[in-house]
Amino acid sequence: MADISKSIEKVDLYEKTSGEAKYVSDFSYDDMLYARTLRSTVAKAKIKGIRFPNLPEDVHIVDYKDIPGKNVVKIIFDDQEIFPTEVVTYIGQPILLVVGKNKELLEEIIHNTIVDYELMTPIFDWVSSAVHYHFQKGKPEEAFQKATKIIEYVYDTSYQEQAYIEPQGFIGTYEEGKVTLIGSIQCPYYVKNALLQALDSKGDEVRVIQATVGGAFGGKEEFPSLMACQLAVALKKIKKPIKMIYEREEDMISTTKRHPSKSKMSAAIGENGEILAIKSNIGIDGGANIGLSGVVLSRAMIATTGAYTIENIDSSGDVFLTNTVPNGAFRGFGAPQMLFAIDLFIEHIAKDLGIDPLEYRLKYLAKQGDPTSTNGLFRDPIIMPEMIKKALEISKFKEKAKIFSRPNVSKGIGMSWFLHGCGFTGSGESTHINALVKLHKTKEENVEILIAAVDMGQGVRTTMRKLVASLLEIPIEKVIYDLPDTDKVPDSGPTVASRTMMIVGGLVARCAKKMKDSWIPGEMLLEERYLQPSYIKWDEATMTGDAYPAYSWGVNVVEVSVDKTTYEVSVNEIWSVYDLGKAIDERIVIGQADGGIVQGVAYGYLEVMNHSNGKLLQKNFTDYIIPTSMDAPKMTTVIMDNPYPLGPYGAKGVGELTLVGGAPAVAKAIEMAIGKKVFSIPVTPEKIMELMKHE
Amino acid sequence: MSKITFILNGKTVSVEGNPGVRLLDVLRNEFKLTGIKEGCGEGECGACAVLLDHKIVNSCSVVLANVDGHEITTIEGLKETSRYQVIRDSFGHAGAVQCGFCTPGMVIATESLLYDNPTPTEEDIKIGMSGNLCRCTGYQSIIEAVKKASEDGDGLW
Ligand code: FES
Ligand code: FES
Repeated sequence: MADISKSIEKVDLYEKTSGEAKYVSDFSYDDMLYARTLRSTVAKAKIKGIRFPNLPEDVHIVDYKDIPGKNVVKIIFDDQEIFPTEVVTYIGQPILLVVGKNKELLEEIIHNTIVDYELMTPIFDWVSSAVHYHFQKGKPEEAFQKATKIIEYVYDTSYQEQAYIEPQGFIGTYEEGKVTLIGSIQCPYYVKNALLQALDSKGDEVRVIQATVGGAFGGKEEFPSLMACQLAVALKKIKKPIKMIYEREEDMISTTKRHPSKSKMSAAIGENGEILAIKSNIGIDGGANIGLSGVVLSRAMIATTGAYTIENIDSSGDVFLTNTVPNGAFRGFGAPQMLFAIDLFIEHIAKDLGIDPLEYRLKYLAKQGDPTSTNGLFRDPIIMPEMIKKALEISKFKEKAKIFSRPNVSKGIGMSWFLHGCGFTGSGESTHINALVKLHKTKEENVEILIAAVDMGQGVRTTMRKLVASLLEIPIEKVIYDLPDTDKVPDSGPTVASRTMMIVGGLVARCAKKMKDSWIPGEMLLEERYLQPSYIKWDEATMTGDAYPAYSWGVNVVEVSVDKTTYEVSVNEIWSVYDLGKAIDERIVIGQADGGIVQGVAYGYLEVMNHSNGKLLQKNFTDYIIPTSMDAPKMTTVIMDNPYPLGPYGAKGVGELTLVGGAPAVAKAIEMAIGKKVFSIPVTPEKIMELMKHE
Repeated sequence: MSKITFILNGKTVSVEGNPGVRLLDVLRNEFKLTGIKEGCGEGECGACAVLLDHKIVNSCSVVLANVDGHEITTIEGLKETSRYQVIRDSFGHAGAVQCGFCTPGMVIATESLLYDNPTPTEEDIKIGMSGNLCRCTGYQSIIEAVKKASEDGDGLW
């Protein structure tokens, strides 16, 4: 059999290049109405009343009073209302929907509606902790007492906006008591479960279908549930098809982003310059409600020592609530913040001790058999030494570092090492998700993959079909994988956490092998449910044990030039080496790698988003700058096989891994170019100027 | 209300309506040409790109009145050409299509660029494609795709 990694043509290539692929905004119905959103213009207030202009008869207002079920968006923490009953808690928060035939008229109505607010005092400082976690490994207190020196630094990161090019959207119908939504989403069952609770409906009264998704990056993980609940309430009330597509501006000001963070790091240093213990405390800004922030926090904290093994750790963290837009899932999910902090911190410790950072870091690099940060075990082979060697070689890191470290060269090269836990954190896969997949062989001898995994560009429609075709040794044309529809596919879990190929694909592969072994002509239906390997133990309360069943690993090297007068940074070239088990399709993996690192590096130096008194200062692509083709660096990616026994063909997670190392690598490169330590991303020209002032 | 006449994908069409509406809305809603995407509505992303007399424009930033007497080609028209096939294959080969939302605009941008300059340098390509945002690919594969289209389509442009 040919190597599974050998690339094939993407199954949706034709429909996507020709414009035939249907995204949610491309659907329409005959007597369709539109929904527009009235939003809060204040950060915190009681709504005393709402004054509408004269409303035509066929224009409907939909608000909290219309919710048949619970006024809560079901996520993980139930602290978000679908429509506010009384109090608004952030600027941009949806208050109600205005629904009607004519979009311009709806805009006008919204424009002329006056909300009477009784202002309350908003909180923007990080003072109100809603979630606090803490764990220890070894004996950090003792280590700090023994220390001959303590090194401390604080690292901070800002917002990042997913900036998928297709804005959020849904279109829905109501027929014979059943609500059907088509949406741009990552998690059909998250949406369905949220709708059941909001509408107080039974399972078969709600149906969620995924449209082709125009990019998501975590932004379409939990946020769409809010929008879907609002639209479904409107559908139940008005009983006509309704379309609800966000404009770019409302998408940018009101949807979830990457959490800003602040990490206080301290290290206990022994007499020979060795690290005895690391203490970290991370705060993340949850925004106006918790949502997924607690889970983001735990992934961040588990990454406390990144790709390094440190014997003693004390890690704590908080989610702070503020009256700002709620933050949530974004590719990397807390890990980018902490990996930036730790990878820079170890480098800074080495610099302070006058030791070559590369040598120093190698001493602490995690090895197979080491305990993880949470006292789990790195069971599988770790091939980072080979990967680092390769990265040094292809980037000529050492030669360049030598030249660039001289004064006035204004160039720099930086290297990050990192890992990413594949799948849900802790026991999430077995307790929250409990994935079920099915494989159906039809009378016509076609094999249908029945899973809820969403192709949002990462190519899973191609790789899943390829996987099944290859295992069953049938042509890929005989394998069917339609866009998920909750009336047809079981809940195989959300399309998040780099779990799709390793976990869902692993189950699909098991089904396929069983099908092959018991192959009979005609119909067959096989299913597999996720079973946590028995050796994986995780204690949620103390955060100890195996946080993930497996890890993907990576090395990024970034070379930059910094303009001597404007401090403008340009990224010259990027080299990456990854261990993701086994690539199911090399070209698709390289595509993920390219896109991920560009997002990750841009997070480190380019993408600026901030708020002033709760108002986001960037609201469109003119203000929020993402890379264009002019910023595109040359990229070289090397994939090293290191098959994971439980992944299909050995595959582990890919999607997030390729983003998380970008920021530390570019930050270190800039550090070399300007000869100053960097503690804050994005490293903008303004920040460089600040650093240069303090000689 | 006025009557605007233009050539759309090779056919003469007339629209009665408000001359101030966005070309994007006319094409998507009246003509059901949904291959044209709306990513920002502000002329920043290029997802809504079409060809106006063979030059790329963002249809969200063009009003209907401006196309009177002109020629508009959308992805739906372009896809019938042999140049499109070269572009499609090169996009496939380079892995330049992920979520696909930017793709019709990227294909239009490629056509516009190669029409003006059949043998662009890498720098020409970067400049030529800079009005089209892609959040998935990091652009390297798109730049390669345009290069390959220019090579494979030798003589077509
Ligand atoms: S939708 Fe026209 S440029 Fe973005
Ligand atoms: S492929 Fe997704 S935006 Fe370009």
